[in-house]
This record gives sequence, C-alpha cells and structure tokens, in this order.
Amino acid sequence: MRLLEYQGKELFRQSGIKVPRSTIASSIEEAIRSGSEIGYPLILKPQLTVGGRGKEGAILKCMTEQDIANKFEDLLHNKVKGELPRGILLEQAVDIKEELYLSYFLNRSKRCYSIIASPEGGVEIESAKNKIVVDVPLRGISRETAYRIANDLSLRESLKDPIANILLNLSKLVVENEAELAEINPLVVSADESVIALDSKIIIDDNSLFRHPELVKYEYLSKQESQARKNGFSFVELDGNIAIVGNGAGLVMSTLDMVSDQGGKAGAFLDFGGSATRDSIFQALKLIAGLSQIEVILINLFGGIVKTSLVAQAIFDGYEEGIISVPLFARISGSESDKAKEILREGKARMFDSVEDSIAAVIEAISPKEKKIHG
Amino acid sequence: MDSFDLMKILVGTSSENDYENKQVIIQGITGSFGSTHTRLMKGYGTNISAGVTPGKGGMSFDGIPVFDNMKDAVESTGSTITGIFVPAPSFLSAGKEALACGIKLIVAIPEHVPVRDTIELFELAKENNAKIIGPNTPGVIIPGTMKIGIMPGQPFTKGTTVVLSRSGTLMYEVSYNLSKSGYGQRLCFGIGGDPINGTNLIEALDMVRRYDDVDSVVVVGEIGGDAEEQFAEYVIKVGYNKPVIAYIAGRSAPKEKKMGHAGAIVYGNYGSAESKFSSLQKAHIPVAKSPAEVPTLLRRELRR
Repeated sequence: MRLLEYQGKELFRQSGIKVPRSTIASSIEEAIRSGSEIGYPLILKPQLTVGGRGKEGAILKCMTEQDIANKFEDLLHNKVKGELPRGILLEQAVDIKEELYLSYFLNRSKRCYSIIASPEGGVEIESAKNKIVVDVPLRGISRETAYRIANDLSLRESLKDPIANILLNLSKLVVENEAELAEINPLVVSADESVIALDSKIIIDDNSLFRHPELVKYEYLSKQESQARKNGFSFVELDGNIAIVGNGAGLVMSTLDMVSDQGGKAGAFLDFGGSATRDSIFQALKLIAGLSQIEVILINLFGGIVKTSLVAQAIFDGYEEGIISVPLFARISGSESDKAKEILREGKARMFDSVEDSIAAVIEAISPKEKKIHG
Repeated sequence: MDSFDLMKILVGTSSENDYENKQVIIQGITGSFGSTHTRLMKGYGTNISAGVTPGKGGMSFDGIPVFDNMKDAVESTGSTITGIFVPAPSFLSAGKEALACGIKLIVAIPEHVPVRDTIELFELAKENNAKIIGPNTPGVIIPGTMKIGIMPGQPFTKGTTVVLSRSGTLMYEVSYNLSKSGYGQRLCFGIGGDPINGTNLIEALDMVRRYDDVDSVVVVGEIGGDAEEQFAEYVIKVGYNKPVIAYIAGRSAPKEKKMGHAGAIVYGNYGSAESKFSSLQKAHIPVAKSPAEVPTLLRRELRR
C-alpha cells in the first residue's frame, strides 16, 4: 500500500520527523479556510500514488486567497499521469537552503533493509552522484550507524545531530509500521536551519496489514477492488477493453503480454487464485461485469488443482443469469477439461485448447467490422 | 559455491535413489489446504511420515500420524524436511519451530507472509545451515518421483531439464509445453512470487549445477526486483556450461501496480521487463516471447 504524501507526513509527525505546517482539503471552502490558518505563500500539492507531479506542473504556489480560488478546482478535478487526486495538500512554503535525500527500504537482492543517504536531494536518486548506501539489521539502526551516516554526508557540524535523529526516527517508523519503503525527498534545510521533510513516500507491506489496524484507514479501494479483496482475488483495473481472467498471477500477466503482442488492450487483470470454487469464479465474472470499459472477456485457465468443470459451470450460469453480456472466450486446459467443454457446448461462451487460438478469437471479436472486409 | 545438495536431501543420489526413505513432515496437515495436498503428494509418491497440527496430536490422517508439535514429529520420524501449509500469520512461528528441531529444508507454501517474517526466518535458517524454498511458492517437484507442494502432477514428465520459476501457474504452463515437446524435467523448483525468496535463482542454479543428469535450465521470471538481472550477471561471471532459456512475464504491465504477486511491481526502470531482457541478452540467454516458445528455443540451444 502506497501512502499519499499527507498520510506519510502524519507518520513522520508521529515519529518525530519535522514536516511543514499543512492541511488536506477536498473542497474550495476547506482550502480557503486552511489557507488563512497556514498563511501565505503556500503550496498546493495534489495527493497521488504516482510520482513526478512536479514535472507535470501540478505543484502550484499561491500568494493570496484569490490564488487558491483560481487554481484549486482545476487541480482537484484534473488527472495527473492518469490519476485523479485524492485531495489537495495545502502546505506552508519553506525557504529552502539545501536539499538532501534519505530513504530506508527493503533491499530485495540483499534480503535485508538498506539506507540510502545523499547530499543531493530533490532529484531522482538514480542520478545523484554522491550517495551512501548502508545495509541495516531487521530490528533497525543503532545510534552509531545513524551518526556515521550523518558524518559521511560531510555536512556542517550543526546538521549532524538533526540528521542522525531523523535517521533513528525513520528507522523506528519503518520497523513499527512494517514499511517496505520510507523515502524523504527532499529533506530540506530551511533558511532558519531547521531540517524538514518536504515530501514523503511510504509503502507499507500489504501482507502485514493484519497486525496494523491503525493503518487500515489509509487504504483506498475502488468498489471493484473491495469486491476483489473480499473474494481473495488479485485485481488491477487497466484502461483497455479486454478483461483477462485466470488462475495464477504469472499466467494472467503472461496472457496480458500475448494479448498486447496481438494489438489488444487489457482493461482488467484478475487472478482468482489456485483454490477457486464455482462460486468464487462466479463472483469474478460479477466483478468484471461492473467495469464499463470491458467489451470482451478472456479466461485463461490452467486446470490442475482447480477443476476446470467448476469454471465452466460458473461461466454457463453467468450467461444464464444475465451477468455476462459481452462475448467470452476461454482457454481451458487440464483436469476435467472434457467435462468443462461438455458443459459449455450448449452455451454462448467459446472454448479453445490453446491460448494462442483464444487470443486470436478475442482480437477478431473486438476488431471493427470494416477491418474484416478489407482484411 | 553452495554445498547444499538439494537432490540428495529430497531423493538421494542417482546411484542410491532412496527417496522412499526421505521422510517429509507436513505442518498444518489437518487444515483444508494441508489435507487436500497431503493426499495428492502421497499419491504422487512423496513419503509423508508425519503431520503437525497443535491440539490434534495422537490423531491419524490417512494413516499418517499427527503430532501436536514439531519436536514430537521430528523425534518420532527423524525427518529433516518439512512442508509448511499453515496460514501466513502463523508461518514465522511454524518455521522457527521447525528450525529449532533441526529441520534442514523448509518448503514454504503460504502466500501473503509479511516480508519481515520471511527475512527473520531466512536469517535464522542461515544460522542453522538450513534452506527455505519460498514462501509463496508452489513447491518443488521431481517429476515421476515425488513432490512437496501444491502443483498438479499432470503438466510434468520425467526428464533432464530444470525449471526455476517465480510463478506457480507459469511453472505448470511452461513445464506442460516442455513435456508436450518431449522435454521432460529433472526438477521444477518454485522460487516464489514474493519480494524476498528463501532460495533465489542463483542459489537454485547452484543446487543443480553438479548434476550430470541435467542438460539444461529454464528460468521463468517476471517483472519486479532484479533477480533475473543478478542471475544473468552471475552466469556471465561464474559461468554455466549448459543451455539456459528464459521467459519473463509482465512486459505489458503498467508501472507501480502490483500484478498479483507481492514481488511483481515495477518502479521506474527497477524491475522492468526491459531491464531483465537486456541483462539476459548480455549473458547470451535467449528469452522466449511466450510459454509455447520455450521448447522451440530449448531445442535450438540443445542442438548447438
């Protein structure tokens, strides 16, 4: 779960990491009210789960109340990198003297946590020339390590204490909240020598949420995402018109790639898992039916432990009960696939033995009619 | 190089193939998941000697004795292998219990294990000279002989290729395609779909490096992390004298979206399919465009 900037800053504040004065607003009235509390100049920052909003020109400075009135609505209702903001953060403008970088993250290849610190903040860390990487134990960093990193950043003496303290607090935050990433970019030194986290990027391990009820309030799920969660599906909504459904994340991803190779565009990724029943597959079809962009459904099922006949029954019932209203193509392979074919023989769904054939049929089904005439 | 002899632990050496005596314990044997798969594993040939479910000690499941804890199960059977089938929140304590009793190989099936739990158990296993396969893995199968995991038996046939896979169903799909084309498998090994794997691709390659009855390796990867990049670099640096083929899923997936597996997520270029393709290319490892293309590429490489 990727937290929004303001949520991450709440955790920073709780952990003793200084952040600028700020308030989240989702209406212009709220924004104007907060504006007078924060004072001018202030910054409007759309709350998104994608990075790079600065480059997109979506971070705006306001000098007056009138400025907020002019800019707020536009910012709130326009997508940035395909995503609609979930509120706008109004934040006190900070007089920046220096920009640094700190992150504490799950290092996959080393199978531990690591810290990256750099005196070059405000840019993408990949491009920073000067950076320190330190692997740290699971339980968090020691005072010694925190001071060593602060020292190695070669900053002036007066910054060593605040930086070491921020590192210790960041470590505590990561351990206590089971974060996979906590990044401060930039960490700024203001004109009055305060060290402040100007942005936050925190990712919490989804699999640990069961022991963090206090973090669940930060989770934002669409109607379909909650439906998926309830049924134990993995689901990602995409912007194409083909729903791709299967048993196994790898298999569905692989199907997505093959569809895209043939010029198709996926509108949904849905993995209903290895222990699916007739009922859960029926629920998967119901979920897909709620997505208006979907014009065709492709099911890729490698039956093994899942009996393919159960899937076939769910598809058959889906048509019978009027849940499916778009063409459905299924590749069904594995245990009881003969029985599955028998069940679907009478129905509207079309079945194939190979993935390639089922994809070809999908592409044919969504191609405009003229294209067929001209070949 | 790794001195851990996986095959020897699972089935004995090829000269003294005594897999019938390799006893496996199943933790969580009476759960719906554990019980279903215990029957399937036993039917496939795995010697399941004991099961553990707290509170169900003294019971018997399909003729397999059930114990309250690992200590009793290990003492009564002398087994050094366990398959963990408990729910994710109980995984860490089940794993710790196994390691404390001298277990040397843990096949960790559960999905949704918190990543800190995986690291904690991984570090503990290292101290105890034990190995973890997974978590979030379908397990391991030696086709025609035995399996510890949740994979179906049908896609696999006995042979000389090794399949190492980050995905479960893709391991089945790729093996099925290999089997159809006459390329059986010596071993299929589920690395797991999580960001942290008890055994990574490089370690898995080293586990099978010495076997003369293996003639090729197929790596089934996916977006997220840099396991394939590290693997490619390792092949360049250390070398591997048999053909290696790869297949990578997820090249059309959007960035910063978790594609089902906890580990299948791209940040910037980190974890992208392009990054993996270019690393594998540098190591002269051909990458198939689809599971069906894997046997075609393998045939070409084996004929060289």
